[in-house]
Amino acid sequence: MATAFPFSAIVGQDEMKLAILASAVDPRIGGVLVFGDRGTGKSTAVRALAALLPPMRAVVGCRYACDPADASAHCDDCATLKAKAKPKTHLVPVPVVDLPLGATEDRVVGALDLERALTQGVKAFEPGLLARAHRGFLYIDEVNLLDDHLVDLLIDVAASGENVVEREGLSVRHPARFVLVGSGNPEEGELRPQLLDRFGLAVEVRTPTELAQRVLVVRRRDAFERDPAAFTAEWHDEDERVRKRIVGARKHLNEVRVDDAVLERAAKLCMALGTDGLRGELTLMRAARALAALDGDRAVADVHLKRAAKPALRHRLRRDPLDDTDAGARVDRAIREVFAA
Amino acid sequence: MNAEAAADPAWTDAVWAATLFAVDPHGLGGITLRTSAGPVRDHWTALLRALLDARQPWRRMPSHIGDERLLGGLDLSATLQAGRPVAQRGLLAESDGGVVLVPMAERLSAATAARLAHVLDRGEIGAEREGVAQRWPCRLGIVAFDEGRDDDPALPSALADRLAFRCDLGALGWGYIGEAAHGAADIQAARQRLPQVTLAEPIAQALCATALRMGVASLRASLMALRAARAAAALHGRSEVIEDDARLAARLVLAPRATVAPAQPEPPADEAPPDPPPPPPEGGTESAPGRDDAAQALEDRLIDATQAALPAGLLAALLSGEAARSAGRVGALSGSPRSGRPVGSRAGSPRGGARLNLIDTLRAAAPWQRLRAASAPPGPQRVQVRGSDLRIARLQQRAATATLFVIDASGSSALHRLAEAKGAVNLLLAECYVRRDQVGVIAFRGRAAEVLLPPTRSLVRAKRSLAELPGGGGTPLAAGLQAALAMATLVRRAGAVPVVVLLTDGRANVALDGGPGRARAEADALQMARLLRGARLTALLVDTSPQPSAAAQRLAQAMDAPYRTLPHAGAVELSAAVRALPRQGH
Repeated sequence: MATAFPFSAIVGQDEMKLAILASAVDPRIGGVLVFGDRGTGKSTAVRALAALLPPMRAVVGCRYACDPADASAHCDDCATLKAKAKPKTHLVPVPVVDLPLGATEDRVVGALDLERALTQGVKAFEPGLLARAHRGFLYIDEVNLLDDHLVDLLIDVAASGENVVEREGLSVRHPARFVLVGSGNPEEGELRPQLLDRFGLAVEVRTPTELAQRVLVVRRRDAFERDPAAFTAEWHDEDERVRKRIVGARKHLNEVRVDDAVLERAAKLCMALGTDGLRGELTLMRAARALAALDGDRAVADVHLKRAAKPALRHRLRRDPLDDTDAGARVDRAIREVFAA
Repeated sequence: MNAEAAADPAWTDAVWAATLFAVDPHGLGGITLRTSAGPVRDHWTALLRALLDARQPWRRMPSHIGDERLLGGLDLSATLQAGRPVAQRGLLAESDGGVVLVPMAERLSAATAARLAHVLDRGEIGAEREGVAQRWPCRLGIVAFDEGRDDDPALPSALADRLAFRCDLGALGWGYIGEAAHGAADIQAARQRLPQVTLAEPIAQALCATALRMGVASLRASLMALRAARAAAALHGRSEVIEDDARLAARLVLAPRATVAPAQPEPPADEAPPDPPPPPPEGGTESAPGRDDAAQALEDRLIDATQAALPAGLLAALLSGEAARSAGRVGALSGSPRSGRPVGSRAGSPRGGARLNLIDTLRAAAPWQRLRAASAPPGPQRVQVRGSDLRIARLQQRAATATLFVIDASGSSALHRLAEAKGAVNLLLAECYVRRDQVGVIAFRGRAAEVLLPPTRSLVRAKRSLAELPGGGGTPLAAGLQAALAMATLVRRAGAVPVVVLLTDGRANVALDGGPGRARAEADALQMARLLRGARLTALLVDTSPQPSAAAQRLAQAMDAPYRTLPHAGAVELSAAVRALPRQGH
C-alpha cells in the first residue's frame, strides 16, 4: 500500500480530525460521516488514521482477527482453534478497509469460496470485506454513490456487530464490529435522512478560504508527493504524540465520570433541538466522554459537551428540507441557550 | 511559442496543455478538451500521441463501460478452462503508466466518474467484485473529450476537478491550428529533470493567491497549478520554477476554472504568518511568508495573465452569476432506468429478455462438480452446469424523476397568487425530497422565460431560487413552455423521467418572439402546449387565477394535462395530484 499522508500534517479541519479520533477511542460512538467540499482531505484523513492506530492483539489463524481477551466474541474459527489448544496470539495492524466503488455484494458480505468449490468440490465460506474490517474501520468514499442496498446492508451490520450470511446454501455468522466512516459530496446527491441518522457523528468540511492556510495545505501536499518517506519521517514525532493520546484515552475511557448535571444538560440540549429518539443523547454522551479521555480529563465537563454537540447532533435535527439554515448553526444556537441558562 | 505565431490562442493553449501533460500524466491528472469530434480534435490527439512514448498505453474508454471491464473481475472463459478462478485486469489497470481517452465524457455517469477520480487519487485500483479481490498499480492520465454543446452540462465535477487542464477548441477552424514546439525527446528529457525541479515559496504563494482571487475554491486546482509550473520548468530545462512557468500554469490551470472576475487585490493587511511553518522546499530556506512587495507584484502579473486568457463573453456570463449552470448536472442521476441496475440474482432461466448472471450460475454449479464429474461419461474435464443452476440477474428499475416547475411570475398572475403558488411549490418540493426526485425551476415573466435552476437534487437551492423570484410584467407563456420542453428533453437524454408542473392563469399576452398581442400569444402558447403533448410529456396544470379560467383549461387540454385550480387544490391535495400522475416512459 502506498504511504499515507501523516495525520498530524493535515491543515485545519479540526472538527473532522476530532470526530475521527473520538471514534477511534470509542468505536461504540457509531462511525463518522464526513460531508463537504471537494479536495478538502476527507479521504486523506481517514487513510491517515490507519497509519496512526497502534497494533492490536489477535488470535493466530482466525480469519476474523478476533480479540483473544474478548470472551464474548466467538467466531467459528476461534471455536475450532480453541477446541485443540490455547490459541496463539500475535499483533496485527488495525484494519482500515477501503470499500472500492463497484464492489459487489458477494465480496462485501462474503460468499462461497469459488476456488475451493471449483478445484476441490468443497462448500466453504470465503469471508468478505466485512470480516476483514472486524475490529477496525470500514471506509466508504462517495457514500452517496453506493448502491442503496449495499449501504443498508453495511449500516445494519455496523449496528448489530454481526454479519449473517445466508446464500448459496451457506449459513454463516461471524462477528463484524467496525467503525463505519463515510465521506461524500452533497453536490452528488443528498443522503437519505434515515441513513444520516445511523452515523454516530457527522462533520462538514469546507475549503479554507484564507490564503495562508491554503498555501500551507498545498505546500505540505506537494512536499509529501515529492518525497513521501522524508515527509512522513518529519511528522513522525507529531503522529506519535497523537497515537499516545489515543492509547491513553482508550485506557482511561471507562474511568471518565459523567455527572448527573452534565447528563441533564445533554438531555436539555437534545430537547431544545428536538432530536428524535435517544440515539442523539447517547452518542452525545459517548462522544463527549471520548473527548474528555483524549484531553486526559477524568470527568466530562461542559467544554467537552459543547465540542461534541455539533458533530453528534447536527444530522439528527428534525429536518425541514426547505429550511436552509445550516444545521451546525442551529446547534450552536441551542448550545448558547442551554448553557446560558 | 515560437512556431505558432499564426495559430489561435485557444489552440496554442491546448498544445501547451498537451505538452505539459505529456511530461507528467499522472501528476497532472489529465485534460478536459471541449470540442466535438472532428479534424481539429484528431489533429490535437495525434499531436499528444506523438509527444508520448510509443510504449505508453493509449486506450479509449467508451463512456458506457461496465464495471467488469473498467475495474476488472473474473475472467470467465479462463476460469472455465482452468477450473479455478482467474482474475482479469480491467481497462484502467491495463492502462497503467499511460493515457486513457474518454470520448463523450459529458455523458459519463457520476458513478463511473467517481471510479476514475478514485484511480487518479490513489494510483492503484482495487477490485472487490464477483469473487475477485485484487489490487493493481494504476498510474495514468485521462483525456476527457467533452462533446457537449452550449446547453449540455459539462462533465462530472468529481472528475473535472482532478484534471489539471481545461481547453476549448470548439470555435476553432482548420486554419487556426499549428504544430507543437516540442518533440518526444524534449518530453523525455523533461521527465528526467522533473523530480529535481524546485519551487520557491513566493511562487507557491502567488499561485494560491491567484486561485483565491479568481474564485477557484478547490485546493486541488492550486496544487495542479504548482505541478504544471514544475512541468513547464522541466520542459524548459530549468531546475527551478520561474515566474514565466507559474504564469503559464495559471493561464492553463486556473483561468479556465475562474468563477469570479478577479477582484482588486485586498489592501495588504498585516496578515498573521501561517502558524506552524510549512516544511521548507528542497533547499529553499529564504521562504518568508507574508507579502513583500516583490510577491505582490508577482501576483499582480499572474492575475493579468489569467485575465487575458478569459474570453470576454465568458467573463460577462460569469459576472451575471451564470457559472452555476453546470451544478445541477446530469451525472448525478444514479443508474440508467432503461436497463435497471442488477441487484443480486435469483434462480430461473434466461428467457424473455432476462439476463443470465454467469458468475452466480457458476457459483451455484461449483459445489456439485465433483459429484457430477463422477457420474459423467468420461471425456475432457469441463464445468458441468445443469438447468437448476441457472441464475438470472434481478434488475431494479428505478427511473429517477425530475419534477420541473414552470412558474408564471407575470403581473397578470397577480402578485398575491404568486405567493400562493410559491407556497404550493414548497409543499411539492418537500414531496420531492422524500422521493429523492430531482427538481428544476423555470419562471416566465416580462418578455422571456428563465431557467432558475437546472435539474438538481438540492432542494435548498430550489427553495432559494424560488424565494428570490420576483413577480410582475407580461405573460410569455409560450416561452415558458418552450423552456420546459427544452429542459424536459435534457432530462430525458440523461435517462430520467421529466414531470412538468405548470402554474399559470393561462392568460398569455406575450408571443413566442417577445411581441405583444393577446391573440397571437395565446395561439403560440397553445401551439407549444401541443408540442409538449407531442413529446408525450407528463404534465400537470395548476390554475392560479382566482376563478377557474377558460384559457388555462384550454391549455391543459392541449397539453393533455390534468387540470387543478389552486383555490381547490389545497397544497396537500395538490401534492396528491402530482403523485397520481402517470409516469410515462420515454
